[in-house]
Amino acid sequence: MTIRPGAGQATQGSAQVAVADGPPATETSTKRSRGLAGPKRQNLFDRYRYPFILLGRLVRTDFKLRYHGSALGYLWSLLRPLFLFVVLYFVFARFLKLGAGIPHFPQYLLLGIVLWNYFAEVTANSIAAIVGKGDLLRKIDFPKYVIILAGSFSAFINLLLNLAVLGVFLAVGRVHVGWNALLIVPLIAELFVFGLALSFVLSALYVRFRDVAFIWEVFMQAAFYATPILYSVSFVPQSIAQLQFLSPMAQIIQDARYVLVTDQTQTIYDVYDGRVWVWLVPLAVCLVSVILAATYFRSRSKYFAEEI
Amino acid sequence: MTRELALSVTDVSKRFTLPHERITTVKSLFTGLVKRQSKIVNETQHALQDISFEVERGEFFGIVGRNGSGKSTLLKIMAGIYRPSTGSVVKTGRLVPFIELGVGFNPELTGRENVYLNGAMLGFSAREIEALYSDIVEFAELERFMDQKLKNYSSGMQVRLAFSMATRAKTDILLIDEVLAVGDADFQRKCFDYFKSLKKQNVTVVFVTHDMSAVREHCDRAMLIEDSRIVSIGDTDMITKQYFELFHLPAPALHSDENGAEAEVEAEAEAEAEAQHPQVVEQAEEPAPKRWGSMKAAFTSIDLSSSRVTDADDTISITCTAEAKESVEDAVFGFMIRNASGQPILGTNTEIKGQRPMSLAEGQKVVVRWSVPNVFNEGLHWLEPAIVHNGGGDVCDWWQEAASFTVVRQERTPYIVSPAIDLVIEKGQG
Repeated sequence: MTIRPGAGQATQGSAQVAVADGPPATETSTKRSRGLAGPKRQNLFDRYRYPFILLGRLVRTDFKLRYHGSALGYLWSLLRPLFLFVVLYFVFARFLKLGAGIPHFPQYLLLGIVLWNYFAEVTANSIAAIVGKGDLLRKIDFPKYVIILAGSFSAFINLLLNLAVLGVFLAVGRVHVGWNALLIVPLIAELFVFGLALSFVLSALYVRFRDVAFIWEVFMQAAFYATPILYSVSFVPQSIAQLQFLSPMAQIIQDARYVLVTDQTQTIYDVYDGRVWVWLVPLAVCLVSVILAATYFRSRSKYFAEEI
Repeated sequence: MTRELALSVTDVSKRFTLPHERITTVKSLFTGLVKRQSKIVNETQHALQDISFEVERGEFFGIVGRNGSGKSTLLKIMAGIYRPSTGSVVKTGRLVPFIELGVGFNPELTGRENVYLNGAMLGFSAREIEALYSDIVEFAELERFMDQKLKNYSSGMQVRLAFSMATRAKTDILLIDEVLAVGDADFQRKCFDYFKSLKKQNVTVVFVTHDMSAVREHCDRAMLIEDSRIVSIGDTDMITKQYFELFHLPAPALHSDENGAEAEVEAEAEAEAEAQHPQVVEQAEEPAPKRWGSMKAAFTSIDLSSSRVTDADDTISITCTAEAKESVEDAVFGFMIRNASGQPILGTNTEIKGQRPMSLAEGQKVVVRWSVPNVFNEGLHWLEPAIVHNGGGDVCDWWQEAASFTVVRQERTPYIVSPAIDLVIEKGQG
C-alpha cells in the first residue's frame, strides 16, 4: 500500500521538480532555516541563497586558479595592463603617430583596449564554460547560470584591476578628470550586461555546436577592427561610423574615452549629428540581447547534463 | 503514526534520442541535410518507462538492477540532473544527491579550499563551513594535510575528505549511488555507521546498488528495475532473489522505436549510446563473453553441476571439455572464479595440482573435471577457464565469464567467501 500524493498532501512545503520546470533554482532549502514551516512562499533570500553561495565560491576559486603556478601571481593582473601601455605608447603614439589630434593618446588607447579585452575575455571564456563543467553538471543539480555569472565576475575583477592601472596613468599623464568621470559606472554596467548576454548564448550554443568556438574567434578578429579602438572615428566616413555605433561596444568605448580621457573624441552623439535618442539604440540592443540570451540559456540549460 | 511521503515518482519515462550521425558541427548539419536519402534513423533509446513509486519519510529504499537497466538514469532524474520526458517527481524537503563523492573537488586547490568549494556545492555558506571545519577535518583524519594541494593526496585521503563532507550535508532526502560502496574495510565500516545514524535522524535514503548484502542490511524496501521498467517493489529478500534470477534469463534486446531496424543498426546505436551517455545507458546488454588466445586447443563446452548453488551443496563440479586443433605441447588447464564485482576468489591449474603439462595431438579431446568446495558467498559468480602452454607464456584459450552460477545462502556474511564455519560455545559458571 502506498499513498498517492493527493492535492492536499503535496502542498506542505514541497518542492516540485517536474516536466516543465520553472526557475533553475530548485536546490533551495525550504526547511532548514525555518523548520517545518507551513506553505509559505519562498522568499528571495531562500531562493537565491544557494546560487549566491555558489557564485561567491566559484568566483573565488577562479581567481585563485587564474595565476596559479606563476611566480608573480596576482601581480600579473597589474603588470599586464602596464606592459600593454608601454607597448601602445611606443608603437602607436611614438612610432606610428596614430594619435595626432587626440590628447593623451596612450591613455585613450589603453582604455579602449582594456574595455575590449574584457569583452573578448568574458566571451571567449564563456564558450567552453558549460562544457568544461560537464563533470559537475552530471553529478549535481545546480543553477547553471551561476557558471556564466561566475565567469563574468571573474573577468570583471580583472577589468577593475586594469582600470586601476589606467587610473595611475591618467594621474601620471595629468589628465583632467571631472565629475562626469562617474559616468563610467553605468557604461561599465552596460558592458557587463552585454558581455553576459553573449556569454549566455555562446555557452549554450557550444554545447550543441562545437564550431561556435572557431566562428567566434574569427568574428572577434573582425569585430576588433570594425570597432574604433586603434583608430579615431574621424578616419571613417560618417555613414560607416553610424553603422559602427549600432554596436554597444563602439558606443561604450567611445563614451568611456569621452568621460575619462578627452572630450576631443567622437561619441555616438556626434556621429548622429547630436541626436540624443540614438543612445537608446545600443542600449536597446544590449537589453534585448540579454533578455533573449537568458531565455535561450534557461530553456537549454535543462538539457545540458544530457547533451554535453 | 501517519505516513508521510518524502518522494513520489509518477509515470516517469525517459527517452534519449540517438541520431545515427550526431550533429555536433555546423558542417555535419548541412552535409546531413544533403545525405538525407540514405535514411538517417533517429533511434530512440528508452532509458526508463512508466516508473512510478513512492518513498516514505525515514525509509531506506534500495534500487537494484543490472547494468543498463536504467537505475542510474532514474537516480539522476530524481536528483534533478535530467528532466523526465514525461511524468513528474515530487519531493518533500531538501534533497542532496551523491552520484559521486567530492563533487567539484579541484586538484590544484588545497584540502582546505576544497572543503569550502565542495561545501558550497552542497549548499553551505563559508560561515557554516567554518563552524563545521574542525569536525570535518577530524573525521577525515587529515589534520596535517589540509594546507597541501589535493593532487598530493592519495586516493584514500581524497575519499575520506569527500565522505567527511558528505556526512555533514543537512538534508531530508539523500540519493546515494554505488559510490559509497567503494573503499577499504575501514571506510565501509564508517559508511555503515553513517547509514545507521541517518536512520536515527529519520532521513530518507534512496540507495542504488549492485550489492545485495548492502540492500539486505540497510534497506527497508527495494525496487528491481530491468530493461528500463519496474519488475517489482517489495521486501528486500524478494527483490534480492529476483535480482539473482535475472542472470539466468536471456539478455534483453535493446528497445527501439524502429521495429524494422536491423540488428546491426541496434548494435551501432548501442555503441553510440555508450559514447554519448556513458553513465546513462551503460550497456544495454551484458557484454559478450570475452575470450582470447591462439585457439590451438580450445574449450568446446563448459558445464557446471548447477547454476544455482545453495547451502545444501558441498561442492560445485566444473567440467571443461577441450579439443586440440593442432598439436600442443606442455598444455596446462586452469580456472579462476570471480564474484559479481570481478574480484578473483579462487582458482588453480593442473600444474599446481602436481600434474605434468600435457601434450595434445591434433584432434585429441580432453575432459578436465574440477570439484570445488562450496565456500562462495551469496551472489553471482563467474567461471574463467583457460588453457595455456609453453610455461604459461602462450594462451591457447582464455575465456572470461565462460559460465556463471548463483549462490543463495541462509547465513549471510559481508565477506568475500562464506565457507561453512562451525561454532561451539562453552559457557562457564556465571
